[in-house]
Amino acid sequence: MTGGTTRVIRSETMTVRLKDDIVLARQMVRARAMELGFGLTDQTRLVTAASELARNTVDHGGGGTMTIEEVSDGEREGLRIIFEDHGPGMADVARALQDGFSTMGGLGLGLGGARRLMDELQIESESDKGTRVTAVRWRGGRGKP
Amino acid sequence: MTTGERPLERIPIIRLGDFLLVAIQVEMHDRLAMVLEDDLTAAIVKQRAKGVLIDISAVEVIDSFTARMLSEIATISRLLAAQTVVVGMRPSVAITLVEMGLLLAGVQTALNIDLGMDLLRSAQAAAS
Repeated sequence: MTGGTTRVIRSETMTVRLKDDIVLARQMVRARAMELGFGLTDQTRLVTAASELARNTVDHGGGGTMTIEEVSDGEREGLRIIFEDHGPGMADVARALQDGFSTMGGLGLGLGGARRLMDELQIESESDKGTRVTAVRWRGGRGKP
Repeated sequence: MTTGERPLERIPIIRLGDFLLVAIQVEMHDRLAMVLEDDLTAAIVKQRAKGVLIDISAVEVIDSFTARMLSEIATISRLLAAQTVVVGMRPSVAITLVEMGLLLAGVQTALNIDLGMDLLRSAQAAAS
């Protein structure tokens, strides 16, 4: 996923199926980000990215799960959020990341926006099998220990 | 409504003379945003409001859905001859919106309710 040295300290999974689960996912991410000592702006980035990704899981993936992991690469700690669904998958991952691309009449900034808010974001998607989005933000910001 | 979803809340819309004040004090979610858009549109027409103040000082997260709702409200109210000012945005929310590329085009902002009210009043005075 994000390099062999990343160690998972703690992991939790919740169902993301209904619109209200988007709010619950946000609350869970905020609670973990606070516990991990992320600053207020970083908390907001994480929660906002989680909100976008959770909405995609509900609207496009037909529901799925969010796994939130406290991770360490030996030098720094971070929060990894993984959204998985067994929906139709994305026909074109590169296009889905482009701003302005939307299949649901939204602004089309959800996925690309989430990528800009996180340090790492990776999408694995297969037609008719589903989608997994893995996103990490390290405490202390981009590239800094 | 799907089983397991929360009962529908509403965000109160308060009338202040020619203006309407909406203070979002609860966690914003998609259905609530849509209900607010409908309620506010109806209130603008019913009260013949000239301006709308939306206080988001308690809002911790604005994602693309909520941002779109704010833009839509501003556009709809403009078409109904009312001006919208969004007040009290938290700095962390402003940073996050810009990083995402959500620029809230067409949405006027002010730092707090008083300044937002000044903005609406001066626009009113200029128009009359």
